[in-house]
Amino acid sequence: MPRSSKTKLPWLPTVAGAAVLATVIRAAYFTPLEAKQGAAQKIFYLHVPAAWVAFLAFFLVAVASGVYLWLRDVRLDRFAESSAEVGVVFTTIVLITGPLWARPIWGTFWAWWDVRLVSTLFLWFIYVSYLVLRGAIDSPPLRARYSAVLGIMGAFLIPFIHLSVYLFSTMHPMPIVGKPSKPSLPNEMLLTLMLSLMAFTLLYFAFLRSRYELATERDAFADTVIDDA
Amino acid sequence: MTDTLRDAWVIARKDLSIEFRTRSAFFSAVVFALLGLVIFYFAWDPTAVSVTDLAPGVLWVIFTFSGLLGLHRSFGIEIQDHAIDGLLASPISRESIFLGKVTANLIFVAAVQLVAIPALVLFYNLPLGDVFAPLIAIAILAAVGLVAVGTLFSAMAINTRLAELLLPMLSLPFFVPIVIAASQSTAKLLSGRPVAEAGAWIKLLLAFDIVFVAISTLAYRFTVDD
Repeated sequence: MPRSSKTKLPWLPTVAGAAVLATVIRAAYFTPLEAKQGAAQKIFYLHVPAAWVAFLAFFLVAVASGVYLWLRDVRLDRFAESSAEVGVVFTTIVLITGPLWARPIWGTFWAWWDVRLVSTLFLWFIYVSYLVLRGAIDSPPLRARYSAVLGIMGAFLIPFIHLSVYLFSTMHPMPIVGKPSKPSLPNEMLLTLMLSLMAFTLLYFAFLRSRYELATERDAFADTVIDDA
Repeated sequence: MTDTLRDAWVIARKDLSIEFRTRSAFFSAVVFALLGLVIFYFAWDPTAVSVTDLAPGVLWVIFTFSGLLGLHRSFGIEIQDHAIDGLLASPISRESIFLGKVTANLIFVAAVQLVAIPALVLFYNLPLGDVFAPLIAIAILAAVGLVAVGTLFSAMAINTRLAELLLPMLSLPFFVPIVIAASQSTAKLLSGRPVAEAGAWIKLLLAFDIVFVAISTLAYRFTVDD
């Protein structure tokens, strides 16, 4: 992978950063306030795209894990590792912005009956255990194989968590204070959301590429170090 | 297919004979479960929460944590003298080794439950009556799911630096659907609801078992040098 030149700005992170900044400004100043929720609703433009990226990143980890076990190409393992690290950050953002919004709107920080929130929590647990597992194994081939197994197992877990929480919520109707029904988005809000989704996706790819390059350089360096085992 | 099962049974018998000689892991798990039952009782205000509300959650949480004790040992015994290498060099398939370990763990967990469930009925004064059979069915389904996932992660965790931390960390997110389904269905049964109302949860447990026994068995070969 060619090194980006030091004299000019790397284009992907710059474009991604500019896109995110632009959508934040648009969301804060140029998008109308939602009638019932007011300014609190605006966190939606961070929360939803972050959630989208969190699940996209994990989907890619799972796919890369599966293909790695088939092809055994170390680049797939580096890709999975990078996507996991970026994904865990976005998942953390979702888990922080969600409760921040939920407290004034739903009256509670956390909602165990909410399928998406709990599924995201478990996504976070899988990411963290994936990264801890990687940190606990020294041998690169073993680490790659084990992480790949966990990546695939995790992908199978999420639907079961989803189903369990859904069943739980249908059997235990919770009193929800002031939960707004899902609003149909007027065009300006929908446009801001779409722009935000694109900006966050660009940001994901920017982080992913940097992290992947770091992984490649780290492995290249490790190969040059004299084996003292 | 029958070869796989026959070989798996040989492995299971080996593990069970080793355990039967000392019974140390079994007694640790049993004592842990019993102590857990006691501690949980004192942790709640019995006048505010009735035992039939408390008991299902307690039972299944204890089940997972005492199960983890046995699971850690499952591949832990293969570390000494590189016993695992002998196992891998023998003329049986990887799937047989895995299924053998799963069977041994299942019997281990079932044996602990044979002590823990009566103890729960005793300490918590539970009106078991005619929910005994469905409860056993739930226990078996939950145990199968637990040992399938737990045995796979035991095989992985044992080769890492943080084996005792990693096994619970990897396994517990996977045990959550089992615990939810088992506790919710047990709660329904204990409060006298008809079995059909717990049907959805039992189907979830069954689906979980089928999916995770299959993928754990398939994934096991990737955890050994291949």
